[in-house]
Amino acid sequence: MHLAQLNVARLRYPIDRPEMADFVNNLETINGLAERDPGFVWRLKGSEEDPTALVEHDLGDFAVTYSIWTSREALWNYIYKSAHLAFLRRRREWFEHAGGGANAVLWWVPEGVIPSLAEGIARLEHLRAHGPGPLAFTYKDFHDAADLGDSWELPAAAPA
Amino acid sequence: MSGDDDLRSLASLHDEVRRSLYELVAASGGEVGRAEAAEAVGVSRTLAAFHLDKLVEAGLLESGFRAPERKGPGSGRPAKVYRRARAERVVSLPPRDYGILADLLAETLMELDGEERAERVAGRFGERLGRAAAGRPVEEVLRERGYEPYADGERVRLRNCPFHVAAEAHPLLVCSVNLALCRGLLTGLGEDPERAVLDPRPGECCVGLSKTNEN
Repeated sequence: MHLAQLNVARLRYPIDRPEMADFVNNLETINGLAERDPGFVWRLKGSEEDPTALVEHDLGDFAVTYSIWTSREALWNYIYKSAHLAFLRRRREWFEHAGGGANAVLWWVPEGVIPSLAEGIARLEHLRAHGPGPLAFTYKDFHDAADLGDSWELPAAAPA
Repeated sequence: MSGDDDLRSLASLHDEVRRSLYELVAASGGEVGRAEAAEAVGVSRTLAAFHLDKLVEAGLLESGFRAPERKGPGSGRPAKVYRRARAERVVSLPPRDYGILADLLAETLMELDGEERAERVAGRFGERLGRAAAGRPVEEVLRERGYEPYADGERVRLRNCPFHVAAEAHPLLVCSVNLALCRGLLTGLGEDPERAVLDPRPGECCVGLSKTNEN
């Protein structure tokens, strides 16, 4: 199984404002660092041509990062044990504090499966509604793929 | 908590040869073979092998095999190599548990969005530690505090994160606080605080030092 991650963060300013310039200008470097990582599998891109394009969605003024990695360790080392950490430390300059609700979710997908953005949002909502479990979890409350029951998929009509 | 196991593990270090072997493998940052270890510590290969295997039994080292450099007939068996086990061993009498407290306070700080405040406090703490150690090289002070510094080109890198468990639970907070602590320490020692930079890499401390005051 591969590890999928979805993160949503509310922008403090419209993306074209000067306050956001450092964020936008670093995207190519930071995404490139991920893509060159041996543990990287896939990420949802805003555009194939423009490295600074954000993922398009209809959630409002949020930036979305959505990617798949070979293992817990691979994603962890990219987030916290690479040049990405310095970028992450500056997140308050560009994004609002998450408040009470979860803004990041992890879940397992079979190798070769590329989930949709709607699937990712559903996982985040599942985490918010039910707390961490094998189908939607966090680093703080991690669940191994071995914890999955009969299915890696969310129940079809999961009550929200 | 596996207090008994930890006590047994640490008690196995009472032998001085064994402790030297443990320190040698830990300081290598990687894998060490029997012959190499025997030579470095100044004992026979048989004795080194005996103690290294005792350290594996005690859970302080892990062993593996390194393929022989030459291939084919006559190249011999793969060599047994040893590296430091990742698991942490703590014994405290009377029992103390600062880990839970650190975790709880870190979580509180994150909920209060108090990272910047924590960094300022860490800077002050570091300065105090630095002033208390005035006149001594920063590497020595860091070594004493468990960071295990080693030279790596133009950098001094820190092999061990003294706050590892807390850093795993709250990496952003703990790495930021650690950087501020190291910068404060340099200030207290009368050195350029900017020598300490964020330089994270897997399995090590997230902070590195540039070797001179020129960045």
